[in-house]
Amino acid sequence: MESMLFTLQRLSALAMAPFVLVHLGVILVAVRGGLTTAEILSRTQGSWGWILFYGLFVACVSVHVPIGLRNIAVEWLRLPRRAATSLAALLAVVMLIMGLKSVASVGGLG
Amino acid sequence: MSSASASVATPELDKLLTVRISRGNGLGDARWVEYQVPWRANQTVLDVVTEVQRRLEPSLAYRFACRVGVCGSCAMTVNGQPRWTCRTHVSRVQEDGVITIEPLRNMPRIKDLAVNMDEFFAKWRKAGNTFQGKATRHEPTAVVSPESKQRKLADAAIECINCGVCYAACDVVSWDKDYLGPAALNRAWTLVNDERHADPKGVLRQATTDGGASCCHTQGNCMKHCPVELSPTGSIAGLKRKAVLGFFRRG
Repeated sequence: MESMLFTLQRLSALAMAPFVLVHLGVILVAVRGGLTTAEILSRTQGSWGWILFYGLFVACVSVHVPIGLRNIAVEWLRLPRRAATSLAALLAVVMLIMGLKSVASVGGLG
Repeated sequence: MSSASASVATPELDKLLTVRISRGNGLGDARWVEYQVPWRANQTVLDVVTEVQRRLEPSLAYRFACRVGVCGSCAMTVNGQPRWTCRTHVSRVQEDGVITIEPLRNMPRIKDLAVNMDEFFAKWRKAGNTFQGKATRHEPTAVVSPESKQRKLADAAIECINCGVCYAACDVVSWDKDYLGPAALNRAWTLVNDERHADPKGVLRQATTDGGASCCHTQGNCMKHCPVELSPTGSIAGLKRKAVLGFFRRG
């Protein structure tokens, strides 16, 4: 379990490194051509590249962040490992649902 | 006796060292007690503690055995840092003629400077650190090449004296009561690399389970304070690497 979580956190970090770099690039490009909601949505909605990119990004974040927070809960809140794992699993589901919902909305799927 | 050696052996009674020792029996009665002892040439911290106990405070509890850096019994916290006291010269650690001595961190105090190391050794066993041979006594002695990569990795970590300095220095141990600690994991790394061991995968499994190698934050306090200059940090990194590779091999 520990070994698997450790590996998943490292792999998700590895996957997120290019995502973060591209995301920073997207921010620079996205400010061109207006920053109103309508202008931004006109560029993102219907773009399958954007939807796929941010969908995978959200999936990686939903794996990476809860594992780190689980460690913090064990070390700083002194939670038993089982309780910290349950809390982290719940957080992972919430982050994944919220993140994918946002991607769907901004991408024009929902 | 030459005059030079006589001068070394003679106490410099005009020069006194102030020693502040944390005393107590682990029941919330910790207090600092100050002593003054002659400041001698070539004096170790263990010499100072012994002088206090023999001459000033017979009830002072502390632990030592070999006095030469082999047994790992005499580790204490000196001026806030865990050290082996028998090989720590006063001249290297004193600050304006004062040294403070406390028991090791992360282990419960029994009395004064002696701590209970039960948990330290229990975790040492929990990390899978019991050697299991593949051969019987009727078979010839295993031939292990000192040049092999595995043996070199084991040799680099093998000289641990179980003094508990790394365990006391580690912040993760202080945060996470289940963390096995640097010494136990360092030992596990030597067994994982010991080609005579019957179940190195079992050791790796035990050393990377709950509280195992993945809890390490690679802060390096163990490596910095290890009196015999080992790198438990490096050993733990090796265990992590093997665990990740094992994850892929299992599919």
